[in-house]
Amino acid sequence: MSWMPRPVEELLEAALVTELTVVRHDGRPMTYPLIPLWDGQKVLMTSSILFSRKLEHIKADQRVSLSLSDPVALGGRPDRATIQGDARVIDGDPHTDWERVLPLWAAKEPVILQFLKARVAFPLFFERSVIQVVPRRVLYWPGGDTTQPPQRFEHPAGEPEKEAA
Amino acid sequence: MVDLRAGVQMIEPAAGLARLAQFPFQLLTWVAEDGYPVSAAIEADVDAAAGTVSFLPPAGFALPLDGELSLTGSHIRPQPGVGYDERRHVTVWGRASATAAERISFRAHAAWGWDESDIPFPEYVERQVGQSRRYLARLSGELGRTVRPRLSLGWLILRSTRLPFLSATFVPVLVGIAIAALHGFFEPLTALITLVGAAAAHLAINVTNDVFDARLGADEKNVNPTQYSGGSRVIQYGLVSLRAMALIAAGCYAVTIAAGLLLLWLRPSPELLGIGVVGVLIGLFYTAPPLKLVYRGLGEIAVALGFGPLMLLGAYVVQSGGPIAVEPIVASLPIALLVALILYANEVPDRSGDERAGKLTLPVRLPKPTVISLYYALALAAFAIIGGGVLAGVLPIPALVALLPLPLALRVRDGLTAHYDQPYALMGYLGVNVKLHLYVGGLLLAAYLAVLAVAALAPGVPLFLWR
Repeated sequence: MSWMPRPVEELLEAALVTELTVVRHDGRPMTYPLIPLWDGQKVLMTSSILFSRKLEHIKADQRVSLSLSDPVALGGRPDRATIQGDARVIDGDPHTDWERVLPLWAAKEPVILQFLKARVAFPLFFERSVIQVVPRRVLYWPGGDTTQPPQRFEHPAGEPEKEAA
Repeated sequence: MVDLRAGVQMIEPAAGLARLAQFPFQLLTWVAEDGYPVSAAIEADVDAAAGTVSFLPPAGFALPLDGELSLTGSHIRPQPGVGYDERRHVTVWGRASATAAERISFRAHAAWGWDESDIPFPEYVERQVGQSRRYLARLSGELGRTVRPRLSLGWLILRSTRLPFLSATFVPVLVGIAIAALHGFFEPLTALITLVGAAAAHLAINVTNDVFDARLGADEKNVNPTQYSGGSRVIQYGLVSLRAMALIAAGCYAVTIAAGLLLLWLRPSPELLGIGVVGVLIGLFYTAPPLKLVYRGLGEIAVALGFGPLMLLGAYVVQSGGPIAVEPIVASLPIALLVALILYANEVPDRSGDERAGKLTLPVRLPKPTVISLYYALALAAFAIIGGGVLAGVLPIPALVALLPLPLALRVRDGLTAHYDQPYALMGYLGVNVKLHLYVGGLLLAAYLAVLAVAALAPGVPLFLWR
């Protein structure tokens, strides 16, 4: 069972896009739109090596946030949430490591299976790393009204268990 | 100098704000004291001209007024059952200060973003190739082993040699063999060796072209490749090393030369020797120094000669044992023109990169109206030669069937006119242009096969005018 509030899990399950923010070495927040994949415990995302600056930032500072804010990308849901967590990049083999998340990915973007069949056309696009985020805090705005303070949820252990890299 | 492979360029803050204003809400992001980023949606008033934004801060937070904040706009359009499209996002960085009425004033100083309607995804990908190389180099260092992008062997062979373009070889060789057969010369073994040798020559030329374009920088400078233009890019992507490609080219040339020598041994003739030597030289010096024919605007002529008369007459001469007739020469001309037009049209989307690399192809040298007019004139000339050849009694009457694809030439001309500066919109028309050559050549071949069949089954039926 996840400690995450169910409405936020539903947002994650519905979201076609989340805005992942990572922190650059000079403290600048860098935001990238990505498809969030929720496995019930962790948020998974994949990034091509073509767009790998975010991966370098995460390797230098694992603290990230994910914003679920656009009702259009959330299947019409008006709620909003920001998830803060610790990210890890899995890129031992960029050719195949990411394929384990393909079923979750294809469920949100079915056309990716067609693109994958034509892998020869975009070979570098399908050299990918997995970004795995363990949530530690959730800010939740029911109805999406950010002029009201968000509901805050913390990982029950305070400090989520970190996986060995 | 702009590094085209350094990724998408930062944009001016004012331009970033102008884009930001188009989103229905903005995502305010900052880094909190504990080092974690925080994001909250706001609705901002954007004054792009002044470079400022004002907004009510999200409730429940103390914004850091001494640090850098960002505002992001992000949009997609869901496509049920597919995924989404209309991808665009922009992030503007700046510093905030409190103003009266609890509003925050934000002054922008940097911006970055991508809008796929401005930069199509394939180009966006190309611009990031340098980043992928840097990342893999760092990853290799981290892991203590070399990490390279990969493709399965089959895909790699297909991509690195551009195998599907072999139709440009099969058409003239098979037509040459068919004409020879009609003239009473046909020997299956030498026909097969001709086909293998010609295919190897074509692949050698393709790979050699990539090797020299990589060394001379033409492919590196092209960020608008399509499946018909811009080379195989296996070297740029790190899929195959320059050395390995050079070895593949050498291997293909070795097969070509071996096939040529074998044919000379089986069917010795000075005509075949001459055609073989000229063919190898044109293939090699198409991109290779010192001639670099394609860099001097002579690529189309070289391709026309190589994949027209040389291939067709070579195949014919192997069968005939030497003498060259008028008929194969005339039959080779439309094929030569149409294959040259494949290269010519493919050079249109490549012309910016080609110009940067000093590759002065015809589309680089000529203005748009001339390029299109020349395309159309040469395409019509190809069809005129077929019609004229039949009327003159040189080509068989059934060859008139090869006039049927003429409307495809009109489509390509119209596509060039409408999408001259849009490489990805043009891609479909470049495909039609490849089909134009394939269909005309294929129908010409079919006509000769029909003539062979009729000649065998009903010898008295007239198949040529005036004969």
